[in-house]
Amino acid sequence: MRKTLFLVSLLLSLAAVAWTQSGGTVLLNAAGATFPYPIYSKWFDVYHQKHSNIQINYQSIGSGGGIRQLLAGTVDFGASDGPMSDEQLGQAKFKILHFPTVLGAVVPTYNIAGVSGELNFTQKALAGIFLGTIKKWNDPEIASANSGAKLPAEDIVVIHRSDGSGTSYIWTDFLAKISGDWKSKVGNAATSVNWPVGLGGKGNEGVSGLVKQTPNSIGYIELIYAVQNNIAYGKVQNAAGKFVKADLAGVTAAAAASAKTLPEDFRVSITNAPGPNVYPISSFTWLLIPAQIQDSSKRDAIKGFLAWMLTDGQNYNEGLTYARLPKEVIEKETKAISLIQ
Amino acid sequence: MSAAATITAHEAPPQSGPRALFRRLKHGDELAHLITLTFAAAILLLTSMLVYELWVNSHLSRTKFGWIFFWTRVWDPNFDNFGAAPFIYGTLVTSAVALLIAVPLGLASAIFLSELAPRKISDTISFLIDLLAAVPSVIYGLLGIFIVVPLMRNTLGPFLIHSFGNIPYLGALFRPPNYGVGFLTAGIVLAIMVVPYIISVSREVLLTVPREQREAALALGATRWESTWKVVLPWARAGIMGSIFLALARALGETMAVTMVIGNSARISPSLFSPGDTIASTIANQFTEATGDLYLSALIELGLVLFLITFILNGMARILIVVTERGGGRPA
Repeated sequence: MRKTLFLVSLLLSLAAVAWTQSGGTVLLNAAGATFPYPIYSKWFDVYHQKHSNIQINYQSIGSGGGIRQLLAGTVDFGASDGPMSDEQLGQAKFKILHFPTVLGAVVPTYNIAGVSGELNFTQKALAGIFLGTIKKWNDPEIASANSGAKLPAEDIVVIHRSDGSGTSYIWTDFLAKISGDWKSKVGNAATSVNWPVGLGGKGNEGVSGLVKQTPNSIGYIELIYAVQNNIAYGKVQNAAGKFVKADLAGVTAAAAASAKTLPEDFRVSITNAPGPNVYPISSFTWLLIPAQIQDSSKRDAIKGFLAWMLTDGQNYNEGLTYARLPKEVIEKETKAISLIQ
Repeated sequence: MSAAATITAHEAPPQSGPRALFRRLKHGDELAHLITLTFAAAILLLTSMLVYELWVNSHLSRTKFGWIFFWTRVWDPNFDNFGAAPFIYGTLVTSAVALLIAVPLGLASAIFLSELAPRKISDTISFLIDLLAAVPSVIYGLLGIFIVVPLMRNTLGPFLIHSFGNIPYLGALFRPPNYGVGFLTAGIVLAIMVVPYIISVSREVLLTVPREQREAALALGATRWESTWKVVLPWARAGIMGSIFLALARALGETMAVTMVIGNSARISPSLFSPGDTIASTIANQFTEATGDLYLSALIELGLVLFLITFILNGMARILIVVTERGGGRPA
């Protein structure tokens, strides 16, 4: 009895090995950012259905982990919510290319007793609140942009992310651009910063949960998370001085506005981009791909996927509330695919 | 256990060659010694490898900051300036609060279950308590978010601030602002988490106290309570201490439940209502997105610091047990 069982299992495992090797299956391993994980897993799944011999296994371990694993050579490509720094690229033993995939945005969400409408946040107000220099909700900097709202004379409770996150990266990138004080005291965009004030919540759910629970609080969350969970959020003043409520069109507009000045390596911040309809706290998220791939089947698979992602793949974006890439960026990226050799 | 195994292994007659080894192994005793020795050595090896890994990987941070790391109050990944003080403080404060609440509660329950309750009730309740010990910590975190945090913000916090806030010195512990999250909330959630350990282990230990001890005390005219307090508890002292330090170890290293209710803010403040952070929660929060080498190294050094704290506290526990043993209680 035991012998037969053993034989059967041996045969089964042999068959499994033979089956996986038969079609010349290409297995790609990738790791990185959590923010684009829903769209990535959709893309990889759909692409596998169309090309059954290509399987992409993506682990959403965070941008930092993705970059580390790519540098260590344990994955075929990585993904990050922030572009790699010059220092990080210098550490790499091989050239790494950045490919923007989708766009995301970060929105301010708040819970103020007696205020139900949408609030307008000037750039100065947001920087002041998160620096701790604007302490009360009825501060003139907030009140002047919200003449209709009854803002209480209560202390503002700031809520930020406690975990390192691409969401914090985009938020602090914006604050560092609009406020000299922020840049000198807190620094440039970063996934984790030394917050001058406030409480930390883990993940979008942690921040929005704390905001919901804590009276007179303000926090920041991903646009996707706010839309999917019906969380109200405020308008933010853009570079043209207009108050814009974040939506997918406004985010794509931000990318289109930056397209003309897009550098060759796509490492660009599009926060506070010019233009009247632009939502100012937007960002690309990137795939990080080695410029030289020895294994020709892997190379072809990655190039094929990129070409599909830039065309048909973009059609899945809105369904999952990601903003699509503007035409200008897609054109530039399509050309850049040939850099992979 | 490892010491015993080592001694007998040394005492075995010196023989050489595979045949001699085989002959020695034929006897069950030798084989048992060999197996237990190997496993005991594996534990030792595992611990030393853990420390070694932490030590090697924290090299960058250790050479850059040195001893200052322990009392620097800034944790700033953006400017590559790291110090462990706020996290050491948060770890010690939350664990202390947890033990202050859990020890009296757990000990009293254990005494009731072992000394006073009928055996059937005692067994049923301890079965439920053992179940509590197996609940994942994220569940306790949710309990904290949905029950303890609102309670702290709306009822308990204002009450404590009102009652104790104006007392000199002690009042500093109970100062607003009270957000609901913070050291005290984290300590309470930790207390709920560790109390099953104290009850479960202490009850078992109390049940092993010989019946004659109690009967002798009662025969000498002691009341039930006097026999429990003056005879049974001292007898079980070492075991009860063990349960408390098991609870402390869990509290020191707890991550998920703490990070959900502590407010995650790297600051040192005397008020128990202020948000803070612990070592374990900081590592869990920041490790995945830590990109800089020094940043990663500093996080690993935090792990080393936590190991050191656990080591020191455990050492103190051993000394405490030895000292109290000497002061009476269970005859050696």
